[in-house]
Amino acid sequence: MTADTTQSEDILATAAAWKAAGEQVAIATVVETWGSSPRPAGSRLAVTASGKLTGSVSGGCIEGAVADAAKQAMATGAPQLLDFGVSDERAWEVGLSCGGKVKVFVEPLT
Amino acid sequence: MKAEILARLQAERAAQRPVVLLTRMSDGEQHLWPQEALPGALAEAARDALGREKATNVDLDGETWFVHPHNPPLRIIVVGAVHIAQAMAPMAAPLGFEMIVVDPRRAFATEERLPGVTLRTDWPDEAMAELKPDARSAVVTLTHDPKLDDPALDAALRSQAFYIGALGSRRTHAKRVARLKELGHGDDAIARIHAPVGLDIEAVTAPEIAVSVMAEIVAARRGAALGEPRPLPAPQDGRVSIGISA
Repeated sequence: MTADTTQSEDILATAAAWKAAGEQVAIATVVETWGSSPRPAGSRLAVTASGKLTGSVSGGCIEGAVADAAKQAMATGAPQLLDFGVSDERAWEVGLSCGGKVKVFVEPLT
Repeated sequence: MKAEILARLQAERAAQRPVVLLTRMSDGEQHLWPQEALPGALAEAARDALGREKATNVDLDGETWFVHPHNPPLRIIVVGAVHIAQAMAPMAAPLGFEMIVVDPRRAFATEERLPGVTLRTDWPDEAMAELKPDARSAVVTLTHDPKLDDPALDAALRSQAFYIGALGSRRTHAKRVARLKELGHGDDAIARIHAPVGLDIEAVTAPEIAVSVMAEIVAARRGAALGEPRPLPAPQDGRVSIGISA
């Protein structure tokens, strides 16, 4: 265990292993947050074109949209910067008492 | 991210070297610091992010860079699988430390007594040579036995360890200081040793002493002004001291 707030070790290792096994992989990283967003900047999520997923960039509410953007990034080879506002209602669902905003950078592993 | 950058990033982390990944948001261009030379403003932001253990964004020449620090783990190396070590163990992980206990006395260093910590039953000089305490390591000796404590303190004083503590009364410590001086350590080096170990909270029991030691380690890590400041040695290999503001 470390004090590293990003806790991304396993995710990068998993992404590398997927890539080595011939999968198409994309990595999403929280790069900026406002308010009480669920995951701090540096949090990572890795996905494959085949639908595997590890890590998280939120409490679960934006993972679907991020995975879609990741598929697009894998197809085009171009990174994307995504902007999310977490509404109060959704924020409540994912275990937060108030909304937050989060920017996520999605890049293909090439 | 290029597979080549990912491989280099993982190699630095596996070697327990601090590394910062910088990503240009407009096109995903990436660099690693300090492994690559970068413009002053980016290098400065990278150094700052490592020190504060916090990812951040920096604007330079109309471009936004995401600055993502990856620090090696914080460690507490304890010599002596004694009661106090047992009481420290469950506190270490929640405080963000990996705890390693070194004790060649196999009756003490057992998994049963110390679940969840890394146990080593080699001699402290051998263990320290392999563990290589760095600027993110604390070293605490608890055995009272010079055969075990002294080699560990000797190695700790030659390292960048951000905290060095030694259990024992003032009288015990005075004798220890004399022995360490014979090993070539000067007053400045010996002043780095927190002895008697731990904050003065009039601790009596092993859990109380453990609390005082863990509190002192946290205070050292966070640069709290408690007691006399302990000087750090000059950085080696041009590497910066990480996470220590004292």
